[in-house]
Amino acid sequence: GSEQLQDDMMEVLNEVWGNSAVKSAVIISTKPGCFIAGANIDMIKVCKSAEEVSKLSKEGQMMFEKIEKSPIPFVAAVNGTCMGGGLEFAIACHYRVATKSKKTVMALPEVMLGLLPGAGGTQRMPKMLGLPTAFDVMLTGRSIRADKAKKMGLVHHVIDPLGPGVKDPEERLIEYLEEVAVGVAKGLAKKTVTVEKKKGLMQKVQDAVLGIPLVRNQVYKTVTQKVMKQTKGLYPAPLSIIEAVQAGVEKGPAEGYHVEAVNFGKLAMTPESRALIGLYQGQVACKKNNFGKPEREVKSLAVLGAGLMGAGIAQVTVDKGVATILKDTTTEGLARGHDQVYKGLNDKAKKKSITTFERDMTLSFLKGQLDYSGFEKVDMVIEAVFEDLSIKHKVLKEVEAVIPPHCIFASNTSALPIREIAAASKRPEKVIGMHYFSPVDKMQLLEIITTDKTSKDTTASAVAVGLKQGKVIIVVGDGPGFYTTRCLAPTLVEGIRILQEGVGPKKLDSLTTGFGFPVGVSTLIDEVGVDVAAHVAEDLGKAFGSRFGGGNVDVLKTMIQKGFKGRKSGKGCYVYSAKKKDKQVNSGTEEILKAFKLTAPPAVSGDEDVQYRLVSRFVNEAALCLQEGILADPVQGDIGAVFGLGFPPCLGGPFRFLDSFGADKLVQKMKRYEDAYGNQFTPCQLLLDYAKDPSKKFHK
Amino acid sequence: ALKPLGKTLSKPGVRNVVLVEGVRTPFLQAGTTYADLMAHDLARGALQGLLNRTAFPKEAVDYIVYGTVIQEVKTSNVAREAALGAGFSDKTPAHTVTMACISSNQAMTTAVGLVASGQCDAVVAGGVEFMSDVPIRHSRKMRKMMLSLNRARTLGARLSLLGSLRLSHLVPELPAVSEFSTAEMMGHSADRLAAAFGISRLDQDEFALRSHVLAKKAQDEGLLTDIVDFKVPGKDIVSKDNGIRPSTMEQMSKLKPAFIKPHGTVTAANSSYLTDGASAVLIMSEEKALAMGYKPKAYLRDFVYVSQDPKDQLLLGPTYAIPKVLERSGLTLADIDAFEFHEAFAGQVLANLTAMESDWFAQNCMGRKAKVGAPPMEKFNLWGGSLSLGHPFAATGCRLVTMVAHRLKKEGGQYGLVAACAAGGQGHAMLVEACPQ
Repeated sequence: GSEQLQDDMMEVLNEVWGNSAVKSAVIISTKPGCFIAGANIDMIKVCKSAEEVSKLSKEGQMMFEKIEKSPIPFVAAVNGTCMGGGLEFAIACHYRVATKSKKTVMALPEVMLGLLPGAGGTQRMPKMLGLPTAFDVMLTGRSIRADKAKKMGLVHHVIDPLGPGVKDPEERLIEYLEEVAVGVAKGLAKKTVTVEKKKGLMQKVQDAVLGIPLVRNQVYKTVTQKVMKQTKGLYPAPLSIIEAVQAGVEKGPAEGYHVEAVNFGKLAMTPESRALIGLYQGQVACKKNNFGKPEREVKSLAVLGAGLMGAGIAQVTVDKGVATILKDTTTEGLARGHDQVYKGLNDKAKKKSITTFERDMTLSFLKGQLDYSGFEKVDMVIEAVFEDLSIKHKVLKEVEAVIPPHCIFASNTSALPIREIAAASKRPEKVIGMHYFSPVDKMQLLEIITTDKTSKDTTASAVAVGLKQGKVIIVVGDGPGFYTTRCLAPTLVEGIRILQEGVGPKKLDSLTTGFGFPVGVSTLIDEVGVDVAAHVAEDLGKAFGSRFGGGNVDVLKTMIQKGFKGRKSGKGCYVYSAKKKDKQVNSGTEEILKAFKLTAPPAVSGDEDVQYRLVSRFVNEAALCLQEGILADPVQGDIGAVFGLGFPPCLGGPFRFLDSFGADKLVQKMKRYEDAYGNQFTPCQLLLDYAKDPSKKFHK
Repeated sequence: ALKPLGKTLSKPGVRNVVLVEGVRTPFLQAGTTYADLMAHDLARGALQGLLNRTAFPKEAVDYIVYGTVIQEVKTSNVAREAALGAGFSDKTPAHTVTMACISSNQAMTTAVGLVASGQCDAVVAGGVEFMSDVPIRHSRKMRKMMLSLNRARTLGARLSLLGSLRLSHLVPELPAVSEFSTAEMMGHSADRLAAAFGISRLDQDEFALRSHVLAKKAQDEGLLTDIVDFKVPGKDIVSKDNGIRPSTMEQMSKLKPAFIKPHGTVTAANSSYLTDGASAVLIMSEEKALAMGYKPKAYLRDFVYVSQDPKDQLLLGPTYAIPKVLERSGLTLADIDAFEFHEAFAGQVLANLTAMESDWFAQNCMGRKAKVGAPPMEKFNLWGGSLSLGHPFAATGCRLVTMVAHRLKKEGGQYGLVAACAAGGQGHAMLVEACPQ
């Protein structure tokens, strides 16, 4: 554990300081791909009080202070992950050398766990990078590569990775890093190398300007406003970071370190931090293949349909060097899909995350075509054709006539039950659902759906492909809407009812984002597409009956008739134009809503009740999925809801939310809504069970 | 004592292809005496020199293949322009090849193929590089505007186009000095290569110094007989390479690294420098050469081209090529009497020698059971190399082959081995066998 590491470290440091022959020192990790990955989260999780956590912070602060004030210079030689406490360690050293290996990533990701850099990070970063950059690094928690770190002034010197020589390249790179770092350390001892970095003109100007207290105050104010705007005040960590930085800069180090340690302790006890840590650990769990190694690796893949989804799937597949056929029925469709893949890769090249040459190489894995040639050699086919069972059956039969026996057929559908699609198959054990989210190259989640006939090897293979594509994966049982769409549908239907009751699209959006959803419900309808939303609401309404009622689906149908299909058609709840950033409410939709107007029952129509009506339907449906075995466990439920549907991350997902909010409290609210609206708000048995016994928790 | 001759490498049913003669202009540092010439001028010098030295009847030349790397846009088929200018027959076709630093190797092996297949009996091959002047282009934006200007019909249209001129249009484009696929400079890659193989700065400086000392010795002893004089209009006759400058280890150690700063090991002194120069060889079928009364210098035998990762193994061509070419001929490294390696960087040469000596590299990177072994230094680049003699990219290949033929003759050896690396992660090796005296 990290505690043991700290003790060992102090022992070595004391030895170094005790030996007068040692004139300088190098800190290096011999572990390939990792400098120090940061403190162990479990160390924080076992703490019972804020004071206990603050104590941990103070111990870290003290150790790093000793290094900073050391009589001999320390050089940190960084190869691989250098995160959190690892980076705080590195910046306590006097000089930093880093390799430009792809694995070398520096970050202070504490904010993403609802914490702050608690071992001097909030104090040293502003001194090293200046206030604006330090805030950026600590408030976003973003990953910084070595060359960027050099530009920012976070490291002094970078080293290019090496190719193969007479031993393992990684081993040799660490040796080489050590050689260079030792050279630097000797130079520092002899004073032929200086710690000071040359500052550019801009940096000097910025330093001068930020020397003025009034300007600094403005910076704190602006940063706080920006944080409040983005977090709606739902995340305490960013504000605590600002507070700790401000204390250090304005009142001196003693106060700064004190505030850092106290705030660290406080944050660790917040439900937000618990939720975010839960998500982090859930995400790690959902990046593993629990179905074993597939019998054969998918080396070539075909995607049917070059639409938004199909092209997106093709993009994330070629991106990992897998030969991919993109098949469409028209040259226009194919050209559009090809352009989408090109644009996705070219945007990366523009941002310099890949070279134009790498873009071209990646694109060479893509083969666009209109026929089934070459399908006799593919290992997996993912269909992303129109959401219509008869079309899906048609392509399934066409594909099965040409593919080899081992080839897997995956359906990218958001709601059609896989067993119904598989009904047309000669080999249902090879049929599986792979539900991607749009835009595929940005959304992390992949929902894999297995039927009772899907073989374990087929599942293992689909998970392996998804992991290769960089996805976070939940594997769920089959049923209308699976898990994610099934939770989304009643939420959307409730959203429509709320609109019908006279809450405007903008107000509805602000109520949902105010609860922590990254996208408001009205905007979500436009993004998903009004036609898709209508389709889903109607299909699932048929499957689940009155529980999925609420808003009138005819609202959506009328919108479609008028051409208001959402963002893709330029009009939906809002009017979209390329020029205007600020979107206006679509007056045509407002008229439709008036025509379908409902009277809002006053007892359950306050702002908070509107929020909880949306959330409780979501959460109840999630609980039903767990109760019915669609979901294997609450962790996948939380991950699916947050990464696929934007359930508020600060709440950690529906099950984490039930644990922290209390199932009993939610059930009470639902009973009130049930009185007003009926069975759409009837809590499921699982919710009732958990409400009855408050000691029952979904997460241990 | 002479060792007993080994088997001949001739193959049944394949014509013997011979090197009749090889010449080159003196290699000069870019920006010196040749500065005002053009590439085809130097090429003319080499081609004319070859004709003069062999007194070969120009009508008997069946074909000309010539290499170049940085193209002069006015003479994109420099082979043809230079041949015409050198007084070759206008009935002799000529084409230009490019393969980075092994361009003239490619020219020679093209000639070997033409002769071996019976298409030709006498082919002139060679290569030229002129680094004193390189094509610097207008920016893409500017070129686009100028081309549109060409098409604009009315004054108004022209003026409006000119109105779109911005300062950024005027930024020129220099010829790429970095690898297109990786955007890395070759010296940078060489430095990383040296680091990967743990080649120290000291080793590199020592090797570079050895190259200069040996080149100076060869120059002083009059061994560089492939040089033909070149008369620069309005200036002196050039008859010596001008980049050979043996220094001291102390002076060399003072130089700062040129690519990876400050901890790199590749410096200006242990790298080959920008050079102007041209070379040419006469390649014939043995029977035709003998029938015409020539005494061929050497047989050109098996050759291979290889290519590998342009990022991390950019300059390891020789390591990959040598075991292959030896296997094709049924020889081992110990059979070779004279080695001529292209010296792009001291660190690159030493990295190749280390790789050839490494079982780990052979097993993990080449899929071989064991190492092939490294050439002994007492047979290696004994008359200097590209580091000291200079390296006009596309002219070096002929210099290597001619030099190994001359060394075999001088040293009484039978087999010579030429190897070179090239940009793009490619490489080449060729076996040369001495003709019976």
